[in-house]
Amino acid sequence: MRELSLNILDIAQNSIAAGSSLTEIRVEENTAEKTLLIGIYDNGKGMTQEQVRNVQDPFFTTRTTRKVGMGIPLFKMAAEQTGGSFTLTSQVGVGTNVEAVFKTDSIDFTPLGDVAATISTIVCMNEDKDFIYTRKIDGAEFKFSSADIKKILDGVPLSEPTVMNWVEGYISEQTEELFNNL
Amino acid sequence: MKSLEELLAIKEKAQAQIAARDADGQDGIRVVVGMATCGIAAGARPVLKALTDELAKRNVMHVSVTQTGCIGMCQYEPIVEVYEPGKEKVTYVQMTAEKAAKVVNEHLVNGNPVIEYTVGAVTE
Repeated sequence: MRELSLNILDIAQNSIAAGSSLTEIRVEENTAEKTLLIGIYDNGKGMTQEQVRNVQDPFFTTRTTRKVGMGIPLFKMAAEQTGGSFTLTSQVGVGTNVEAVFKTDSIDFTPLGDVAATISTIVCMNEDKDFIYTRKIDGAEFKFSSADIKKILDGVPLSEPTVMNWVEGYISEQTEELFNNL
Repeated sequence: MKSLEELLAIKEKAQAQIAARDADGQDGIRVVVGMATCGIAAGARPVLKALTDELAKRNVMHVSVTQTGCIGMCQYEPIVEVYEPGKEKVTYVQMTAEKAAKVVNEHLVNGNPVIEYTVGAVTE
């Protein structure tokens, strides 16, 4: 993956496939500590301890569970190669938490990339699910909730191209504001 | 700056167009983008964005864009499938943002599939 934002898109698909009704995505930068945290937390069907181990193995795959494959191993590798960490915790019937910490000053740090495009894709392509996206840079925070947007849209689908454009532009501008106000 | 007021205006415009489309009674075209690990790694997100950007720009209302998982031909990702009522499915492979814009203009707007980007032409 050329950007971490693509890993976020990929990992969030697992949450959607697991039937998560509310998925939280966090991207938090700490400029003093030179760390970046990416977290994806869902309330989907969850996994057994054995499945948690298996999905971290790139050579494990089953035909029936398509969500198992390269996604988690690639994300884990991207974090660990910077000297950061990766944790995957899950409970059947409760949900799954994926958390990766990156050292941003590592030469092996993959650029974060276009998170706004990732979030707008996730939110607008999954009308029936809800998402909360939190972007944090040191003390400053921006929160985007799909439920708030749906209230305004009043039945107009999020997948309408003009709506999708707005969502992406809004998230990207609000993120820029965070940087401007540092 | 994009504002919530602007979204409200977009909503009202879209509502009017959706009502007009429903009154028309025509089934729309469905465009599906493969968004599994293979598709994403190969560049599916910019392809999806190019499709929606171009459709929004041209104000095309009879086309919906959705995503799917792995289509099963990972080496040909990004893959875009076009389902048009009463016609055979068209599968575009190894797509890019530029190719996607061309597919919107020539196929989705003007009704002429871009044969050179289809799986049949690429795998020949």
